[in-house]
Amino acid sequence: MSQHSSTHEHAHGGTSLYVRTLITLLILTAITVGASYIDFGQGNVVIALFIATIKATIVALFFMHLRYDKPVNAVIACAGFLFLGIFLMFCFIDFGSRDGLRPVNWNGKLPVETAAPAPGAAPAPAQK
Amino acid sequence: MEQQFDTSKIGMWLFLATEVLLFGGLFVGFGLMQARYPQEFIEAHEHLQRPLGSLNTVVLLISSFTMVMAVQAAQRSQKKKLIVFLLLTILCACIFLGVKYFEYSHKFEEHLLPPRWYHAQPGDTVHDPSTGGISHGYGTFFAFYFMMTGLHGFHILVGIILLSWLVVRANRGEFSKNYFTPVDLVGLYWHLVDMIWIYLFPLFYLIK
Amino acid sequence: MEHTLTTKSHTGDRPRPAKNYLTEEKGIWSWMTTVDHKRIGVMYLVGVLSAFFVGGMFALLVRLTLLTPSHKLFGRVLIDAQTYNRVFTLHGAIMVFLFIIPSVPAALGNFVMPLMLGAKDVAFPRLNLASFYLWVTGAVMAVLSMIFGAVDTGWTFYTPYSTTTDGAVTLMTMAVFVLGFSSIFTGINFVATVHKLRAPGMGWFDMPLFVWGIYATAIIQVLATPVLGITLALLALERVFSIGIFDPKLGGDPVLFQHFFWFYSHPAVYIMILPGMAIISELIPTFSRKTMFGYRAVAYSSVSLALLSFIVWGHHMFVAGQSQLATVIFSALTFLVAIPSGVKMFNWLGTMYKGNISLETPMLYAISFLLLFAIGGLTGIFLGTLSTDVHLTDTYFVVAHFHYVMMGGTVIAFIGGLHYWWPKMTGRMYNERIGQIGCIIVFIGFNMTFLTQFFMGSKGMPRRYYNYLDQYQALHAFSTVGSWVIGLGLFMTAANLLASLRKPYDAPDNPWGGTTLEWQTSSPPITHNFEDQPVLEKAPYDYRPEPVAH
Repeated sequence: MSQHSSTHEHAHGGTSLYVRTLITLLILTAITVGASYIDFGQGNVVIALFIATIKATIVALFFMHLRYDKPVNAVIACAGFLFLGIFLMFCFIDFGSRDGLRPVNWNGKLPVETAAPAPGAAPAPAQK
Repeated sequence: MEQQFDTSKIGMWLFLATEVLLFGGLFVGFGLMQARYPQEFIEAHEHLQRPLGSLNTVVLLISSFTMVMAVQAAQRSQKKKLIVFLLLTILCACIFLGVKYFEYSHKFEEHLLPPRWYHAQPGDTVHDPSTGGISHGYGTFFAFYFMMTGLHGFHILVGIILLSWLVVRANRGEFSKNYFTPVDLVGLYWHLVDMIWIYLFPLFYLIK
Repeated sequence: MEHTLTTKSHTGDRPRPAKNYLTEEKGIWSWMTTVDHKRIGVMYLVGVLSAFFVGGMFALLVRLTLLTPSHKLFGRVLIDAQTYNRVFTLHGAIMVFLFIIPSVPAALGNFVMPLMLGAKDVAFPRLNLASFYLWVTGAVMAVLSMIFGAVDTGWTFYTPYSTTTDGAVTLMTMAVFVLGFSSIFTGINFVATVHKLRAPGMGWFDMPLFVWGIYATAIIQVLATPVLGITLALLALERVFSIGIFDPKLGGDPVLFQHFFWFYSHPAVYIMILPGMAIISELIPTFSRKTMFGYRAVAYSSVSLALLSFIVWGHHMFVAGQSQLATVIFSALTFLVAIPSGVKMFNWLGTMYKGNISLETPMLYAISFLLLFAIGGLTGIFLGTLSTDVHLTDTYFVVAHFHYVMMGGTVIAFIGGLHYWWPKMTGRMYNERIGQIGCIIVFIGFNMTFLTQFFMGSKGMPRRYYNYLDQYQALHAFSTVGSWVIGLGLFMTAANLLASLRKPYDAPDNPWGGTTLEWQTSSPPITHNFEDQPVLEKAPYDYRPEPVAH
C-alpha cells in the first residue's frame, strides 16, 4: 500500500523536475523585477500581478504536487482563492462607485467643525 | 496507510485555504487603500529597497526548492539528505528574516511608519486638503507594509520552528518511505508562505 | 472484553454493554485528555449551555431594564445607560460566539456525526480536543474582559466607536479571535471526516442529511472565519497602534471595517442556521415515519446555501455609506439566497404530508421550527429589500427578525436535537410530558417576546436604545413578560433533562425507530462506537418494514 504511494511519487516529481521548476521561477522573478524598472503606466500593476500568478501557480502545481494529487486538494485551493476574489470584487465595486454620494455642489472642501452642538442633542446622563 | 495520508493532506489544504483568506483580507485592504491613495503609494514605495526585496524573493524560492527536495528525500528514506535539505531550508529562512530585520531598522530610522508616527519625506508631494499637512496615504502604505510583512515574517518564524522539529524527528529516524506525512505537510505550509511572498513582493516593492 | 454485544439486531433487544464511553475511563484527567469525539461533544455541550445560561441572564436583564421608560424596578433605577450598553453587547457577543456558533456542530455534531458515518471518530481527534481548549480559552478571555471594563460597542464592534471607546475591547476581540480558530479547526476536521471516513457502502448521497448540513457548515467555517480573524486583528492594531486603517482622521475608512466584518458575519449566520436545519432534516422523517421528500434537493440546497451566503454581506450595510451600485447588487443577490431555504421548507412539509406523525418532544420542536423559521426567513426578505430596509434598519424589526431565525430557528432546533439524541448520549429517557409542555411554553413565550418587536420596529422603535418614548411602553412591557415565559419554559426543559440523569440507564438503543447508523449503537455507545465496522445496507430514511428473515 504505502510502497505503492512511494513508487507513485517516484514516477512524478524527481530532482530534475524540481530544478527546472526553480529555474523557471528565478527567470520569472528576473523578468518581473526587470519590468518594474520600465514605465508601462497602468500596465505595470497588471504585468506584476500576472507574473506573480504564474509563479504561484507553478509553485502550487509542482512544488505542492497539485498536478499529481487527487483533485479534491486543488478544489480546496481554488475555493480559497475564489472566495478571496469575491471579497475583493464586491469591495472594489463599492469603493469604486462611491462618488455618487457627494453633494452636487461640493467644492472639494470638508465641512469645518462648528462650536455649538446640534440642536436637540441631549446631554449624556441626567435625562429623565 | 494511504487513507490517513490523504486525509491529512486534505486537512492541511483546508488549513492553507484559511491562510489564503487570512492574508487575503490584508491584500483586499491594501488594494482598496492603494486605489484611494495612488500617488502616495507610488511615492512611498520608492523608500523600499528593491534589491533587498529581490534577494529575499530569490532566497525564499530556493528555500521552496530545498523543501521539496527534503520531502523527496523523506519519500526515498534518505535520512541524511532529508536532514541536509531541512537545514538548508532553515538557513534560507534565517537569511530572509535577517534581511527583513535590516529593512525594518531602516524604516524605523527614517520614520517610515504608520500615520501616527510617520515623518514627511523629501519626495512626498500629496497634501491632505482638510489639514494642510502631508496626506495620510504615506503612513497608510507603511501601516500595511508592516502588518503584511510582519504577519508573513511571523509565519516564517513558525515555519522555522516546525522545520527544526522535523530535523529532530528526522534525526531520530522517524521518517521513511512508509511514513513521511509531517514532512509533506510542513512542506505544503512552507510553499504557501513562499506563495504569499510571491504576491507581497511585487505589490510593495515593484508596482509603480 | 466485557462487551456482550452479538450481531446487529433489532432495536432494543441486545443487552446493554457493561462499559460505555462515559464509564470506560474514569477521573477528570481522562476527560481533560480525551480524544473521544463523544466525550469532547459532551464537554462542549456543558460549555455552550453554560454560555447560553449567562447570555440568557443578560437578555433577561436587558428586557427587565426596558420594562418601563424610567428603567426602574421597585422604585430604583435598575442599571444606567452605560451599563445597559455593556449588557446588550455581552448578551450578543456571548450568544453569538460562545453559544450559537459552536452549539450544534461542536456539541451535537461532534457526538453524532461520526456515528452516523459509521466511523470510530473524526478525522483529527487531537485537533478536536485542541478546538475545545481554544473554546475554553476564548471563554475565559471573554469573562476576563467582562471583569476588566467590559465592552459597550454592540457585538458588531463597529468603528470608529470601537477604536476609541474605553473598556476591554481589545481583550474581547482577542477572545473572539481565539474562538474563531476553535471554529476553523472544527470545520477542517469535519470536512476531512466527511470526505474520508464514511463507512463502506456509504456514498455521498447515502449520508444522512444532518451530515450534509454539518458539512456545508464546515465549508463556511473554513472559508469565512479567517476573515473575522484578520478583521479583529486589524481592530486591535487600530486601537493599540493607531495604524489608521479605519480612522478617517488618519486616512482610514470605517466602512471598510464593516465590509471586513460582514464578509464573515453574514456567512456566520448560515453557520448558525444550517446545522439547525440539518437537525430538522433528521427529526421530520423520523417522526413522520416517512422518507425525506426530495433528499437530493435538500442536500444540494445545504451546499448552495453555504456558497451563496458569501455574496450577500452588503445587505447589512445599506445605509452605512456603501455605494448605490453595490447596494443594489447586494439586495438582488439577497433574494437569491432565500431560495434554498424555501426549497428545504417545502421538502420538510412534503415529508410530513401523509406521514405517520407522532408528536414527541423533538417533533414538537421541529414543528415550532417550521413556524418560527418561516416568519424569520420571510422577514429577512423585507430587510433585504432596499426600500423597506431604509425604514426598518436598526429598529426592533431587525432584532425580531434575527431572533426568529437564530432563536426560533437554531436554538429551537438545537433543543429538539438535544432531546432527540439525549437517550443516545446519556442512556436515559427524559420525561416526555414535561418535555412537551416545556416546548409549548417556550413557543408561547418566544412569540410574546419577539412578535411584539416586529410591531415595535415598524412603528419606529430603534434597537440598542436605552431610552424610549412612552408610546412604546406597552409593547416593551409585553415583550418583557414574554421573556419571563421563555425563561420559565427553558428552566423546565433544563430541569427535565438534568433530572433524567439521576435515573439508571433506561433508554433503548433506538427509542424513536430512527434509520440512521447512530441508532445501531448502544445507548450510550461504547467508546469505539461500533463493535465491528458497520457496512451500509439501506438508504437513509428508509422506513419500509424489514424483511422477516434476519
